[in-house]
Amino acid sequence: MPLVIAGTPIESRLIMGTGGMPSLDGLRDALVASRTTIATVAMRRIDSGVPGSILDVLTELGIRVLPNTAGCFTARDAVLTARLAREALATNWVKLEVIADDRTLLPDPVELLDAAETLVSDGFVVLAYTNDDPIVARRLEQAGCSAVMPLGSPIGTGLGILNPHNIALITEAASVPIVLDAGIGTASDAAFAMELGCDAVLVASAITRAKHPPLMAEAIARAIEAGRLARKAGRIPKRDHAQASSPTDGRANLYPAPGLSPARPVPAAGLSPAGPAPS
Amino acid sequence: MAAGPERAMSATDLVEVRLNGATQRVPASTTIAAMVSKLGPNAAGLAVALNEEVVPRSRWECTELANHDRIEVLVPTQGG
Repeated sequence: MPLVIAGTPIESRLIMGTGGMPSLDGLRDALVASRTTIATVAMRRIDSGVPGSILDVLTELGIRVLPNTAGCFTARDAVLTARLAREALATNWVKLEVIADDRTLLPDPVELLDAAETLVSDGFVVLAYTNDDPIVARRLEQAGCSAVMPLGSPIGTGLGILNPHNIALITEAASVPIVLDAGIGTASDAAFAMELGCDAVLVASAITRAKHPPLMAEAIARAIEAGRLARKAGRIPKRDHAQASSPTDGRANLYPAPGLSPARPVPAAGLSPAGPAPS
Repeated sequence: MAAGPERAMSATDLVEVRLNGATQRVPASTTIAAMVSKLGPNAAGLAVALNEEVVPRSRWECTELANHDRIEVLVPTQGG
């Protein structure tokens, strides 16, 4: 069953961020390798010196465009940016980002909720980028967001999922899709996100800044599939002590380990130089 | 040149506007459509805000710039 956001099936559970790639050709290769069907773009002032267009690449590959509000610090700024993106791209979908400062790039939950409420009432399909806070995630869902996108760790750090417990709390409680967004460093992080119950993963830097972006794109795409299968399979509970998987009944008692069998004869006395000589 | 009210529409009058953060002097009655066409041939994926309000493409032709207007012209770029 595909991922469904706001009633729309999304065939790929890897959403690709397109930032951080020096060339459009390189980005195209990574997008193809990722097999993604939805990718983000940012809205920026027009620069007539820049050749080519990310939009052309996404259109050519049949990839749905998801505008973001990256770089916005206030609800007002994010709402206007979303409206401009809707005008530019003829989509009412938006990945809502309202960050608190440039150093952490962490979401500002107060501005975020404010912007989410405004955009939802304005008819937007809002995918909200948020902290790994289960309560804020719940508030965003209650505000009408179509997907909630908690971070694993700050944008671009590649630190993976710093609070898996919180991500699990978020996925357990949610009734909208949860997309792990930000902090993915490599394939295993993406698999872990899916094992924690996420419905999809958004990856930008881990792919676009990898030494070999298409290889990493494929690795992460496969990891997402593997993680989702593992989640469906139902992992074993964690235990403090070992539990044998081979049968314990019927073992031969050939050379028992020292200290485990009190019945074991003790040959030491007969070998001791201080003891009586063998007869 | 006609006198009276027509005077305000003269193309020789300049207004000062800010386009993407840079101050420019343009003839009075310059439209957003004219402004955008100077930025490049490809208007696909463009969006315009005038004084922090979106101006739909259908209104570019009929929206004239006034003194001290702030215009932002945005396009999608790699990001996110």
